Amino acid sequence: MPVFLSEHEYRTLAAACARLIPAEGGHPGAEGLGVADYVDTLLGAFSFDPPRIWAGGPTSGRHGGEAGFARFHRLTALDELAWRTRIEGSQGLAEREFNGPVVGLQQRYREGLAALGEGFCELSGEEQDACLRSHPEVTDLFYRHACEAAYGPPEYGGNRDGGGWRAIGFDGDVQPRGWTDAEVTQP
Amino acid sequence: MSPVDAVIIGSGPGGATAADVLTRAGWSVVIMERGRNHLLDPDDPTRPAGDYSNDEIKFLHRHFLGPDPFLEPRTFRRKEEDGDHTHVGDVNSIPATVGGGGTHADGKVPRFREDDFAVLSSFGPQPDAAVADWPLSYGDLEPYYAEVERAIGVAGDAGANPFAAWRSGPYPMPPGAPMYVTTLSGPAAERLGYHPYQAPTAANSVPYDNRPACNNCGFCAFFGCPIHAKGDPVALLMRVMASGRAELRPETFVTKIRTEGRRATGVSFIGPDGVERSMDARHVVVAGGAVETPRLLLLSGIGNDLVGRYLMVHFQTIVAGTMPFPLHGQRGRSVTMVHDDAIVGDERSRAAAKEAGLPWLRGGLVEHGAGALPIVESQVYPWGREHVRLVADSPLRERLAAFIMQGEDLPYATNRVDLDPTVRDVRGLPVARVTYRGGRHELAASAHHGPRLEAILKEMGATWTMITTSPGVGYTGHQTQVPESRHVMGTTRMGEDPATSVVDRFGRVHGLDNVVVADSSVFVTSAGYGPTLTLVALAARAAAAMAGTELPPTRPA
Repeated sequence: MPVFLSEHEYRTLAAACARLIPAEGGHPGAEGLGVADYVDTLLGAFSFDPPRIWAGGPTSGRHGGEAGFARFHRLTALDELAWRTRIEGSQGLAEREFNGPVVGLQQRYREGLAALGEGFCELSGEEQDACLRSHPEVTDLFYRHACEAAYGPPEYGGNRDGGGWRAIGFDGDVQPRGWTDAEVTQP
Repeated sequence: MSPVDAVIIGSGPGGATAADVLTRAGWSVVIMERGRNHLLDPDDPTRPAGDYSNDEIKFLHRHFLGPDPFLEPRTFRRKEEDGDHTHVGDVNSIPATVGGGGTHADGKVPRFREDDFAVLSSFGPQPDAAVADWPLSYGDLEPYYAEVERAIGVAGDAGANPFAAWRSGPYPMPPGAPMYVTTLSGPAAERLGYHPYQAPTAANSVPYDNRPACNNCGFCAFFGCPIHAKGDPVALLMRVMASGRAELRPETFVTKIRTEGRRATGVSFIGPDGVERSMDARHVVVAGGAVETPRLLLLSGIGNDLVGRYLMVHFQTIVAGTMPFPLHGQRGRSVTMVHDDAIVGDERSRAAAKEAGLPWLRGGLVEHGAGALPIVESQVYPWGREHVRLVADSPLRERLAAFIMQGEDLPYATNRVDLDPTVRDVRGLPVARVTYRGGRHELAASAHHGPRLEAILKEMGATWTMITTSPGVGYTGHQTQVPESRHVMGTTRMGEDPATSVVDRFGRVHGLDNVVVADSSVFVTSAGYGPTLTLVALAARAAAAMAGTELPPTRPA
């Protein structure tokens, strides 16, 4: 159940991202990695307490240590102002418009998904690609976040089970284990 | 209540160093830092806060170390004729957080060389540029270089760089593990006549000063160190807080330095509660970095009309190539080898200068690096099936070898920081505007050295190479007009003559008895080396002069 997007928006986003990062050749692709969950978590970050903006530290538990990434940071009043404005837009509030109005990510996603069309999910793959190409600003936004989702820490909602890292041979966060000197210097 | 001995504005390498020297001399200090404290455990400042992590999203894509470009934007234009500004947002930002720029740097801390302090008398003038000698020599600074290398913990090999300036002693630690890529780039560079050496690095190669050895996690440049193996300025801040004579105030923005006649009386500031207050102080130390420091002086009406002039950033030449096999550049300290040859120059660079119609060309330190981060990499690739093919093949991460030359910028009066006429920060104050473009010298030096670095990549066996610059100048590749460099220098330049400089040889603002600048704003020229160690040594010297605890002269070991 998405926290911000409607079911239909969520399905449309998942279908679009599956064209941006397709599942093939052993890569789980955007759908297998939960890219839409990452975006929905960002857009709905303030539905959580603390908000899902910055994962904690110092370790994730994947290579030893405790699962600190799962404890998201509390935000200061200024942090919250910045991230609410970035996500929700300025909405005419004076405290968010000291340099003018800001269009938030929620609105950009909502309008971007609407621009792809009500029936996007029912199009063929080629038709979906053509639709994405004809909306380059929307596609750029989705792709930027799809890459964050696919190859960022799983605590943010994407990179399910570290499958994005596995697909590219990346070990992700390695504290507290790190690498030995030999692993750094040898081929 | 009697006023504090010094208010220090900024907790980065410069401010932390000044705080260390002053508290050791028995002074009481208050450190005001506009950013949050993610560095030190508030209950036990000898321990890490535990907030840093191997997290590319948090550090590279969500402004964890600040400044948030929405709350505290800067503006940019290349030249005055471009209008008020052409860009609003992130411009040359150094972290706004406890620890400042030291937290995100990968800790490459070379010293300058003797002639870097005497560019005018060593090489002569340049057209359009205000090239000048510093009002101090390398020898004046050497005792402080040695002291701060011990204080922050630097790993290096004193005999490895044939061009290095003299030293009074060895590095406190041996170099750390060389990255695999440098076992290829080093010999290739040597075969072409260059002199690579293991980079002096402020990351522990062995346990040092109650902090652990670096465990090579690889999240180094642009990341805070989760285990405090990077010493700059963590080591200094821990010592400062342990002194019992310092108070650290995060989330506290200084809006004004208050003055009466020739003296500062204190500062006005806005704390975490958003209320503006003032604090009296006997001395004010300004260490906000070479963009925020001139901004504060301008907001305070302090200093002469040279405040903000002569901004230098290091014009970067980036030469990248793809090797036929993986280099695992995500392991280790981001950069472990460098060479100085492009700074020192040779027959070919002298010929290139002549051809460009310039008296001389100075390049910069060349860093030998590799690719590391998958989000940054993947966003460069096209979407679709090409994405899946390229992230697996990974020409721009697993197989990337790269050189970055931190080219020496000359000081031009037209490259500057001033107050933007319209854009405001979240507190309603005018933001810093950067006006910057590379001059003839920087473009000619880059055009000469780019292909020479590319030849090293080809010698290594790279199958594909490219040359680009930051800011972009018409090479192929991803470009922007806003320079990527985080090395900012020169905006309150140091000198004896108040007609041609803003501060004196100890960082004291001309015309005021008790305001000292302790960051890279005071640089007269930019050398081709990362500014951190030199600004830290200058801050130590400036603070020692304030407290009367100057170090005795040193001699070559």
